[in-house]
Amino acid sequence: MQNRDFMQQLEFDMQVCNACRYCEGFCAVFPAMERRLSFSEPDLHYLANLCHNCGACFYACQFAPPHEFNVNIPRHFAQLRGKTYRRHAWPGFLAGLFEKNGLAVSLITAASLALFFLVTFWLQDPAILFAAHTGPGSFYKVIPHNVMVAAFGAVSLFVTIAFLVGFARFWREMGESLADFAKPVTLGVAAWDALRLKYLDGGGDGCTYPTDHPSGARRTFHHLTFYGFMLCFAATCVATVYHYVFRWEAPYPFWSLPVVLGTVGGLGLLAGPVGLLWLKGKRDPETAEPSQTGMDVGFLALLFLTSLTGLALLALRDTAAMGSLLAVHLGVVLALFLTLPYGKFVHAIYRFAALARYALERSRPLPNVTFE
Amino acid sequence: MTDFARTYDVLVIGGGNAALCAAITAREAGASVLIVESAPKAFRGGNSRHTRNLRCMHDGPVLMLTDAYPEEEYWQDLLKVTGGITDERLARQTIRGSVASLPWMVEHGVRFQPSLGGTLHLSRTNAFFMGGGKALLNAYYHTAERLGIDVVYEAEVTALDIGNGEFRSAAVTHAGATHTVKAKALVAASGGFESNLEWLKEAWGPPAENFIIRGTPYNTGRVLKALIGSGAKSIGDPTQGHAVAIDARSPKFDGGIITRVDAVSLGIVVNKHGQRFYDEGEDFWPKRYAVWGRFVAQQPDQIAYSIIDSKAVGKFMPPVFPPIKANTLRELAGKLGLDPAALEETVTRFNAAVRPGTFNHAVLDDCSTVELTPPKTHWARPIDTAPFFGYPLRTGITFTYLGVVVNDKANMIMQDDKPSRNIYAAGEIMAGNILGKGYLGGFGMAIGTVFGRVAGEEAARHAKS
Repeated sequence: MQNRDFMQQLEFDMQVCNACRYCEGFCAVFPAMERRLSFSEPDLHYLANLCHNCGACFYACQFAPPHEFNVNIPRHFAQLRGKTYRRHAWPGFLAGLFEKNGLAVSLITAASLALFFLVTFWLQDPAILFAAHTGPGSFYKVIPHNVMVAAFGAVSLFVTIAFLVGFARFWREMGESLADFAKPVTLGVAAWDALRLKYLDGGGDGCTYPTDHPSGARRTFHHLTFYGFMLCFAATCVATVYHYVFRWEAPYPFWSLPVVLGTVGGLGLLAGPVGLLWLKGKRDPETAEPSQTGMDVGFLALLFLTSLTGLALLALRDTAAMGSLLAVHLGVVLALFLTLPYGKFVHAIYRFAALARYALERSRPLPNVTFE
Repeated sequence: MTDFARTYDVLVIGGGNAALCAAITAREAGASVLIVESAPKAFRGGNSRHTRNLRCMHDGPVLMLTDAYPEEEYWQDLLKVTGGITDERLARQTIRGSVASLPWMVEHGVRFQPSLGGTLHLSRTNAFFMGGGKALLNAYYHTAERLGIDVVYEAEVTALDIGNGEFRSAAVTHAGATHTVKAKALVAASGGFESNLEWLKEAWGPPAENFIIRGTPYNTGRVLKALIGSGAKSIGDPTQGHAVAIDARSPKFDGGIITRVDAVSLGIVVNKHGQRFYDEGEDFWPKRYAVWGRFVAQQPDQIAYSIIDSKAVGKFMPPVFPPIKANTLRELAGKLGLDPAALEETVTRFNAAVRPGTFNHAVLDDCSTVELTPPKTHWARPIDTAPFFGYPLRTGITFTYLGVVVNDKANMIMQDDKPSRNIYAAGEIMAGNILGKGYLGGFGMAIGTVFGRVAGEEAARHAKS
């Protein structure tokens, strides 16, 4: 009983859950599971990515370890999600970056920082780099606008392709068509469930994370992180419009829209990741999956550094430190972008796909596995 | 912090639903409370860990419960399953008390959810705990912690000092030492004796060796025995237990609800000689599943096999262990360790006796056998569509009925019919007063919650007076 291999244990977990069903009200995983009598590998990947890792089912489980059935959905699903990420990574040979992900993220960050410094030194006279610049276009005196656009444009394109390929492979493997994904009901329900983190509430009282006492802390910090990220992204978009449409060059005044969006978002991106890291540190080791800690921490640290360097740049942009801070900030942002497809960020892609699949399944009649 | 040297107002023995309801109620009434639980923390809560709902009387929709479930209907349901072996006064007290239980449970952290997939027939009568019984216990333990109730795990009561119906102290073994724990009042909420195989063998004889215990291994009945030995009046047939047919591959203890096999009414059941022995289609499975444990216990080696064909797949709740599968009956017999010729002959005779009808598993349909002993009176369809499936079955004991007599104050009654001065009992240890036979889903939790609260209140009142 104790020596099942990993996939057998997962299948067994699901058979236990399907025969028990006590956790049905906690989240989407269990109703989705009940539509099945057997669990193929794509089914298991789907259910694992539908799991938000709130921990509620673990503490409620009669069969959780030390019970010999060893049902530990949060941990086993976290392990399987790691496999989902590697399986669908594009290009395939980069899947290895998910192993020792903390190390990979650190090295890529160091390389991006070095790259920006070298490029800046190579392009610019050190006198310019360490001088104070003010007024429109001051950033571009240090790093030319074309260089920024070329670097981030290329990386964004690459990252987008990696996401699309990963998503498409995952979606196809679940046996669904892209046309079904594009249905308004699928996208609408999935977006609504994702944007409010509907399933990160342990069925109402908050999730049992980091301990067995229900709490809303994780959802709050995740919201701060996510919406902080989105506000920063919005700031960039607005600034792009300013630049190309209105021909207004950065830096923009403190009370301009891009700066306000970026500042508010940046504060969220400071508080959110710090909170999530703090909770992670207190997490019950029973439900944690230690092999993923590096990946989680690496991503949160990069988000935090992105915001910290961005806010520092904002605060000191009129001083001689601006040139160095700009290079540091852009180096961190580049590292963040480069590692997006090979780190914790991809959970958003597969989680959203799983939520969309769940919305799609619910719009279909129940399969013939009802018993009354 | 637990202090064994201190004299607590109320000592609660047991760590399940009734124990926690009693402890919380007593603490809220101002008493100091110690809970002594024999299981380690991970397995705390006795059989409550495996429960999922509470049967609740209600006159209109409440929480997740639909429609109404009036007192009289509840009482009639109980009369039916017990065949009248019940104490009407205590039964009605439980039924009425179940109403007030729901808000009390919510106040103390329990959350509810709609009835589970596959249990629609219970959506009117039974309130399901979100996450099941273990989640309910977690909520109660959190509440207990917040209220300052002391809890000690892996602590077993090995003896009780009771004289003239008065509890003085309990011998508690914990971490290798034995402590004499004194308290002004005692609440015994330590369950039955279903996990005590020796005791089961006394009652059932050698076949008990092959029984599987569905619930906690910690219900050894030690406290029950000590109470009866100290002059408590007992109630309930010691040879009776709630016995269902469960998957023979289940662990010896603690397999819980998921080991049930609901395929019986969709096929045939044979013993180790490949012979049928009882009408598989007598009534709806939820009504009959509690008698099949006894039938299996009466078969040689206490084993039986539920055999279905592929027509039945997806028509019953999926059991935890996958069925044993084969493309022919001979092959299936081989895999199950049965005589292939005997199984084939049984199925051939069964198939020949099946009368054509309109199969409908939702009603007592007209698919039955003719001139077959034993007959199958409903849902009889030929077993002829490969692949074929088999589930090995054994007797699974859920709980025992033997307990101590209590009055409406949960006060334990002594052999002279006088109430004990300061001993109260709640939960499975006194459920035999109300449920002398049979079973009604979610009724055990109703008894535990109602009498747990009464016991806690009365014990605190006694201790504070």
